[in-house]
Amino acid sequence: MTCDWVPKLDLYVDGELFDGELTEMEAHLRACPTCAADALSRLQLKRMTQAAGRRFSPRPEFRLKIAQSINAAKRPPWARRWAPALAAAAALVLVLVPSAVWLQHLRSGQALGELADLHVSTLASANPVDVVSSDRHTVKPWFQGKLPFTFNLPEMQTSPFKLIGGRLTYFQQSPGAQLLFEVGKHQISVFIFQNRAELSGLNSGSSLSRKLAFNTETWAEGGLWYFVLGDASPSDVHDLSELLRSADRS
Amino acid sequence: MFASLYNFAHWLTRNREEAEDLVQETYLKALKGFVSFQQGTNFRAWMYRILRNTFLTSRSGLSVKMTVPLDREEDAVGLAADTPEAVLLARADQQMVQGALERLPVQFREVILLCDMEEMSYQEIAGIVGIPIGTVMSRLSRARKSIRELLAEKVRGASK
Repeated sequence: MTCDWVPKLDLYVDGELFDGELTEMEAHLRACPTCAADALSRLQLKRMTQAAGRRFSPRPEFRLKIAQSINAAKRPPWARRWAPALAAAAALVLVLVPSAVWLQHLRSGQALGELADLHVSTLASANPVDVVSSDRHTVKPWFQGKLPFTFNLPEMQTSPFKLIGGRLTYFQQSPGAQLLFEVGKHQISVFIFQNRAELSGLNSGSSLSRKLAFNTETWAEGGLWYFVLGDASPSDVHDLSELLRSADRS
Repeated sequence: MFASLYNFAHWLTRNREEAEDLVQETYLKALKGFVSFQQGTNFRAWMYRILRNTFLTSRSGLSVKMTVPLDREEDAVGLAADTPEAVLLARADQQMVQGALERLPVQFREVILLCDMEEMSYQEIAGIVGIPIGTVMSRLSRARKSIRELLAEKVRGASK
């Protein structure tokens, strides 16, 4: 027999249930293992569709072309008859900017959440790294042929940090390196990806911030995008970031 | 939003050049028609609505209009997902889901992408696509059912 709540499971997964109905659904899911399994399966499919849907990226030259089209519409008027169109263009830009800032903020939050998930799932894994070595001359060459870029690792011997190893990872459909470091009892992940326009909102200078109870630092350099995340102190996260930056400049 | 609009356009047209034309035309129409945008309303939904309406008047969009699927409200009733299905889902990979999305009729593909990928509410999707909320729900339900079936088929095929 099909449970009466089944028709509302999609609404629940899509966040379309409110107040009383949501409370009732949550109570039902705690009591009905069949519906709980069904809801989980639907949520799983929704997440898979979300990830699979983010598939196509605009070419940089196309992005430039559109930006130029918008800029062209903002040029000073040659005749009064263009004034309404220009006013509309200016207004659109005014709306686009806050919308873009808001959307970038939203995307940044999602991106940081995804990276935090990667870090936590790595630590929870029985085999957190694919190449287990504290030797940078072992870890770095392991990524050769697996990534479309290369990066430098610093000398760790005089620092409190210990390299545990590395693994191949994926973020927003792009391959990257995840390096695991240890300081005291804390573990820190360093993610390295090719820098792309989608990551530009996360690149604004070198920013250190506390997200999702983790300390993080991110920067872009030499066409690569670095993201350092861990439950170590802000100063440890910063010191490790400095070490990585110095290796990149050497 | 630019990258999201492009991604959505590419899923609609399934062609890079057509997607670029569609996004460009969308921006031009938005610039020209900005006076019709009501301040305080949903700007993102407004842009997606322009993009979708522009798509419908394009060559590939016109062929889509010729094949409108029947919407049956009763399809909104969900499907029971049993445990073996969850196991099959767990074995499906991103490429399989992309393949399943490609095989969906565009009327279902657009609704599931707006809901699951763009995380829009049923109300926003109804406004963009121009259909009642009940139809949004039935299309979503049918899209998800098709994806599950296509994935199950693929996973079973791969394990043979």
